[in-house]
Amino acid sequence: MTTAVLPNAPTGYSESVWTALLRNPSALIGATMLALVLTLALLAGTLYPGDPLDMVAMPMLWPGDDPGYFLGSDSLGRDVAAGIAHGARGSLLIAASATLISVLIGGLVGALAGYHGGKLGDVLMRLCEVFQTVPSFLLVIVIVAIGNPTLGVIALAIGISSWPTVARLVRAEFRTLREADFVTAARSLGFGNSAIILREILPNALAPLVVTTSILIAQAILVEAGLAFLGMSDPNQASWGAMLGSGREQIASGWYLTALPGLAIIFVVLALNLLGDGLNDALNPRLRRYIP
Amino acid sequence: MSLLDVRGLRVSYDNADAVKDLSFTLQAGETLALVGESGCGKSTTALALMGLLPDNARLGGQVLFEGRDLLVMPPRQRRQLQGSAQGMIFQDPLSSLNPVLTLGEQVSEILLTHTDLTRRQAWQRAEELFALVQLPRPAAHLREYPQHLSGGQRQRVVIAMAIACQPRLLIADEPTTALDVSVQAQILELLARLRGELGMGLLLITHDLGVVGQHADRVIVMHDGHALESRSTRDLIEHPQHPYSRGLLQASLGAEHKQHYLSNRLAEINVERQPEQATRYGVKSTLYAPGRQPRAPTGNPALLKVSDLTTGYGNSTVLDRISLEVGERESVGLVGESGCGKSTLSRTLLRLLPARSGTIEFDGRDIASLKDESLLGWRRQVQMIFQDPYAALNPRHSVESILDRVQRLHGQTDPGQRQQARFAVLDAVGLARSSLARLPHQFSGGQRQRIGIARALILKPRLVICDEPVSALDVSTQAQILNLLVELREELGLSYLFISHDLSVVRYFADRILVMEQGQIVEQATPQTLWHSPRHPYTRRLLAAIPGAAAPEPAPQPVSGLRFAVGW
Repeated sequence: MTTAVLPNAPTGYSESVWTALLRNPSALIGATMLALVLTLALLAGTLYPGDPLDMVAMPMLWPGDDPGYFLGSDSLGRDVAAGIAHGARGSLLIAASATLISVLIGGLVGALAGYHGGKLGDVLMRLCEVFQTVPSFLLVIVIVAIGNPTLGVIALAIGISSWPTVARLVRAEFRTLREADFVTAARSLGFGNSAIILREILPNALAPLVVTTSILIAQAILVEAGLAFLGMSDPNQASWGAMLGSGREQIASGWYLTALPGLAIIFVVLALNLLGDGLNDALNPRLRRYIP
Repeated sequence: MSLLDVRGLRVSYDNADAVKDLSFTLQAGETLALVGESGCGKSTTALALMGLLPDNARLGGQVLFEGRDLLVMPPRQRRQLQGSAQGMIFQDPLSSLNPVLTLGEQVSEILLTHTDLTRRQAWQRAEELFALVQLPRPAAHLREYPQHLSGGQRQRVVIAMAIACQPRLLIADEPTTALDVSVQAQILELLARLRGELGMGLLLITHDLGVVGQHADRVIVMHDGHALESRSTRDLIEHPQHPYSRGLLQASLGAEHKQHYLSNRLAEINVERQPEQATRYGVKSTLYAPGRQPRAPTGNPALLKVSDLTTGYGNSTVLDRISLEVGERESVGLVGESGCGKSTLSRTLLRLLPARSGTIEFDGRDIASLKDESLLGWRRQVQMIFQDPYAALNPRHSVESILDRVQRLHGQTDPGQRQQARFAVLDAVGLARSSLARLPHQFSGGQRQRIGIARALILKPRLVICDEPVSALDVSTQAQILNLLVELREELGLSYLFISHDLSVVRYFADRILVMEQGQIVEQATPQTLWHSPRHPYTRRLLAAIPGAAAPEPAPQPVSGLRFAVGW
């Protein structure tokens, strides 16, 4: 045959997203870091039974002063280690559910506006702009102030304030991709709108979406920390932001009280960014290996 | 001393060699053509000469420009040569101009960088340059943005920028590939004239031997980074020695070709790469195997019948009362320049765009009346092959899933039968069965086009709309794909509507040719008739514009064509 014919090699296959992810160092490091935090969050109740907000020790113990409280205690004698473990639970839960809400709303709005365009698209984008003109942190504060500062309301507030970012991104991707030849091909083959959106366009729009999601989770953790810092978070729930907020008053005498929860936040945000970068590479079919 | 003397140039990326031991010279006032298919190293050579290669490229050998070795020159000196003594023209005139600056700003910026002119003088020179490249309204164009100009005019602007500082070496990398046929000829003529007037050495890089025949003094044929043959143009075209050059010449469909699919196959180049051995080249026979000779269509009742079709976007009308027919087992060629409505027509025929008025009948049924089940059944019978093999396949799906999804959508429930059908269609389009597990980016352009054809054929359609199926491909790949389409027509009894801007391809492939201008069909004839006695002036213009057409030899222009002083 001609040069265009592949050599008759034994059947090979392209590696899966998972294998591509596993040989990506930044994804591996990010995933490991995140797994550590998740384990800590899950085991918080076993490792530190009882309420982390209880006063259990001498106030203002420095880390290492008392082996029973190896990260020290705050001005009220609360165990910092227990706070960080239980705080991981609260922070991650709020961040994950807020991001889920934001991706669901934003993805739906963006996909509809980008794929169909026209009047519907215009209306949806105006709606998007209404949300974008309000400073998002202010919006979160307003929503939380109206409702009760429970975990669910906070997640909803953060989700509602951040979906326009997702919607704009998804819309831009969809607008470009809906004109692609392979989409025209799918339409000429008789595929319906939902099949085209889900199977043709979405997989190609996924990479930027995944990266944004990892940034959104990080942002949600920070917003929740900001709320707690202002004292607007759930007072009965340990969270890193609340620890930061209360530790701020002792920053001169006990800087570890702000540094430790701060480090925890940095750790998670870094893990998510690394994982997002890795996922971006792994989702790129061009970087995937062919195994003969 | 030669203007350019390249000695043993080597370029490699990571561990792959892009250019291997290339040597040539170029004199002032001479045109040298580098010819080869994509990936042969011709563009890499151009970028190496201009000093534009990315950082991970490793260079070896010598490139002497007026006696000075460019490869060891300090970057500062090198930059002074770029854009002044050396000019370069890129393939795509749209992406090589900055869309947010006016054309005047872009041209005068070059002059301000490399000369001592004041802003006002630079603006004046820019106007003179625009006159020199024969833009219709030089003064007005200076204040316009790139998107206000047509493709050919943009390429003239790019040329004006390249010659702004009177370069001694001009490198043109596929300067006409992105342009319409009629515009191509004008641009090539302009380049030839400017080369004479300014006494430049012109390095013309192209995949199209038709371009070379008219405009180059000498040719270097490249493949896999090697120079296979380096001869004077006339010599090469009349007596090609290397089998690869011979194959390229035979596969290229110039203006003078008299080939037609009913009488012969197109020549295919056979390249056998073997590790540790020299690559072997051959040309496959152009004769049909006994019994495989294609038969002419019999003129049965029309399969597709379009009457008075009008359609458009918004307020503009793109197709204006078009009527055409495609018979059973017939290949109908549709020719026209970009923007004439070819693509709109194919989208309307596939019912992706609604028709404003007029009817499209397929096998006696009006397709506008089809709904749900019957629409899906009709879609099975009409398929499309796309121009750009890179854009037409979803990069995230393997070949298997691309084909399988289509099969399942159209109600093929038995997985075993689906697999058999996939194997059969891959065999038919000449791809290995092991291709199923691969992703589109792991294939070459020609192979991808085969996947696109397989996707169109998996449903066993009756009519295939080919929208420029070979215009994004190399000459030799083009021959393979055209041969394949002819074979498939015989095997499966297909009808084709073959849309192209390239008259010489359509001449080979079509039983009947329609010529389209601005949304209307202006002429309809057999290839023979069209070639010998075109009736419509537009058809005559298209024919005259094919590279290699017997155009009147342009008289040598006097040097006085240069209106501005030399030596600023």
